Amino acid sequence: MALNPPSNRLWWKEPIHGIELAWIIIAFLWGLFMFFFMIAWHFIGDQNLSTETYRLQPEAFVEKVEAFAEEYQLMDENGEPVEIDGVPVISPPAGGDVYMLGRLWEWWPILELKKDQSYRFHLSSADWQHGFSLQPVNINLSVHPGLEHVLTLTPTETGDYGIVCNEYCGIGHHNMSGLIRVIE
Amino acid sequence: MTTIDHGAISAPVAAVQYRTCPFTGRRIERSAELLIRVNAVAAVLFLALGGLFGLLVALTRWPAVQLLPADWFYLVLTGHGANVLLFWIIFFEIAVLYFASAVVLGSRLAAPKWAWLGFVLMVVGAVMANYAVLHGDSTVMFTSYPPMMAEHWFYLSLIVFAVGALIGVFVFFGTLVVAKNENTYNGSVPLVTFGAITAAIIAVFTLAAGAIILIPTWLWSLGFISGIDTLMYKLVWWGMGHSSQQINVSAHVSIWYAIAAMVVGAKPLSEKVSRFAFLMYILFLQLASAHHLLAEPGLSSTWKIVNTSYMMYLAVMGSMIHGLTVPGAIEAAQRRNGYTRGMFEWLTKAPWGNPAFSGMFMSLVMFGFLGGITGVILGTEQLNVLMHNTIYVPGHFHGTVVAGTTLAFMAMTFLVVPLIFQRDIVLPTLAKWQPYLFGLGAGGISLFMMGAGTLGVPRRHWDLAMTDAGIPYEFAPGAYLMMGLNGMSAILAATGGLLFIVLVVASIFWGPKLDKPGAKLRFPLHDDGAKAVSEYGSEGTFKLPGTIMLVTIFFVSFVLYYFINWKYLSDLWLFN
Ligand code: HEM
Ligand SMILES: [Cu+2]
Ligand SMILES: [Cu+2]
Repeated sequence: MALNPPSNRLWWKEPIHGIELAWIIIAFLWGLFMFFFMIAWHFIGDQNLSTETYRLQPEAFVEKVEAFAEEYQLMDENGEPVEIDGVPVISPPAGGDVYMLGRLWEWWPILELKKDQSYRFHLSSADWQHGFSLQPVNINLSVHPGLEHVLTLTPTETGDYGIVCNEYCGIGHHNMSGLIRVIE
Repeated sequence: MTTIDHGAISAPVAAVQYRTCPFTGRRIERSAELLIRVNAVAAVLFLALGGLFGLLVALTRWPAVQLLPADWFYLVLTGHGANVLLFWIIFFEIAVLYFASAVVLGSRLAAPKWAWLGFVLMVVGAVMANYAVLHGDSTVMFTSYPPMMAEHWFYLSLIVFAVGALIGVFVFFGTLVVAKNENTYNGSVPLVTFGAITAAIIAVFTLAAGAIILIPTWLWSLGFISGIDTLMYKLVWWGMGHSSQQINVSAHVSIWYAIAAMVVGAKPLSEKVSRFAFLMYILFLQLASAHHLLAEPGLSSTWKIVNTSYMMYLAVMGSMIHGLTVPGAIEAAQRRNGYTRGMFEWLTKAPWGNPAFSGMFMSLVMFGFLGGITGVILGTEQLNVLMHNTIYVPGHFHGTVVAGTTLAFMAMTFLVVPLIFQRDIVLPTLAKWQPYLFGLGAGGISLFMMGAGTLGVPRRHWDLAMTDAGIPYEFAPGAYLMMGLNGMSAILAATGGLLFIVLVVASIFWGPKLDKPGAKLRFPLHDDGAKAVSEYGSEGTFKLPGTIMLVTIFFVSFVLYYFINWKYLSDLWLFN
């Protein structure tokens, strides 16, 4: 039994049980398959996390986001800036760069994107780590201060999508939210 | 019944005292026994505290209840993680290491004074950490990601605790040397000890990673260092955080083998395969933090793929092997015990009324199905994005570390109390039910948190309704249902946990004494348990149809669930 030394001192020379051998082979092949499938998805799949990342000062990122927001602020028919719950709505040109800033405790600004258009999506934090969690799509990314993560993002459905924070970021963590609106 | 061996073997100080266990025939040394006792008691006390915190957290996350205010919620959650994952688990593991060396090998403990020092440091660290957390300025979660900063006490307490644990690990290694030199056993170490050695080797690696990251962080909190790189911190921190889970797995798998041996007389199918599977854990302990970093910026895909799989998932293979050999060994033993009818008589006629067995078997099943499969999914490069940092993650690890490790440790305690404390279990009817209550609750919290996570519910989050958020967001009604069911399961688990603590404490203090001649155990061991080392070793060739069926069901579930997640992934917005 497992609490006593093996009675056969040459236990490493014993034959392996057939069932065990079969299972080892299955587990091994399955492991290989799973390994290759991750690689394969880079070729056959449309969801692969970009690794394009730049180091910068958090303040420098905040400036970029503010400049971006000013440039592409959405205006209503009276020429007034559009806001939702006090947050400006930004409508960048399709295919361009868009910025999303995480800070205590909001995702800023609100983005209006077009369905089936690709955007270069820049994501970073002004202060602590945050968790970018796009809902109900369920895309979840870690966000670090000082690291600007750039991915090419293509919304595939229209509607209002919430962003919540899923990295604990202090007492207002559960109040941290944002919005991406996708239109035709 | 204490027998004293005078000078039979060279002992450094005074005489080493041994007694012979009337139930297993093992020689048990006094100081080893004492240290196992104190570590086990400390473990159970921290489980009581941490479990209470867990219940409070779960009741707060039940939207209809939302028990605690936000600041207390985050504080208590930090305390929950630290008390259960670090203190309960590691105190118990030190007890397991002393058991697997001194008791299993019939040896004395190498350096009892050092072992006491380690114990005291661990207690000081654990108490200090609770002080720092309850004091309120260290609500940083037990992961304490910078640049969020805790009080310096908090980091220091973890360092002190880790040093204590490291001393315990070295006492274990020392004991192996003593046993070898004093020839207390013949041939190779038993499988259970082998598993414990695996755990201890990984522990050294783990505690080193912990020191590398916590010491600079501590200095940072004192103002000696200006900043900590956030990505580097996560990389090294998870070198501790994840490898310590591999210690848990090695420890609880050893316990599965130990309980199966003691309760149904199981022998490993083949020593070679089981040992090889343990070895996989050491050799292919992935660059352990990699699969915690799949959603981080700045790390290449190649790095992620290679380090989460080392090309072929060999550590996963190790667990899958144990997943066959443990039930296989039980099936073979039960067939030898005469339960040969059909595919499953061996299982239906197993000692389900013995809490050590039922706890162990449920731990085995839930670890595989709830914890194991989902762990592989979470650790797959692209799939991680689907549930990174959602409450799916705590769901997954309550499958591994609660339904798996904790349940196994509880099951083991029902053997440790009679054998090491020499007191029988009180209230046997309640004891019989304890594993089912806790197991069901733990399985429930695991499952329902995973369910909520697939609906996007964030982890470590006080208010699902997001009432005070700048821009409101409504989670699906299903998310509320899941969190409610989670709360109810938490009540079940907490009841099972409380019952466990009451039973253990009451048995230790008031249980019937077992050191009288002729005493009988309420939950008897298998007859083989009493026999001396005779013809133990690998199990011969038995047909194992039941086990084959179990692993087939497991494998099919694994493959199906794996592809379901790729299907979910392919429905997401496109990104690259
Ligand atoms: C009565 C039993 C338990 C209940 C009801 C329970 C419940 C919970 C809940 C609801 C969470 C919070 C998830 C979140 O909001 O992110 C949590 C977190 C956690 N639990 Fe438990 N748990 C229990 C036992 C345990 C045990 C025994 C362990 C470890 C051995 C454990 C380890 C953890 C850890 C590490 C966390 C994560 C803390 C963090 O995110 O910082 N739990 N638990
Ligand atoms: Cu945040
Ligand atoms: Cu947050």
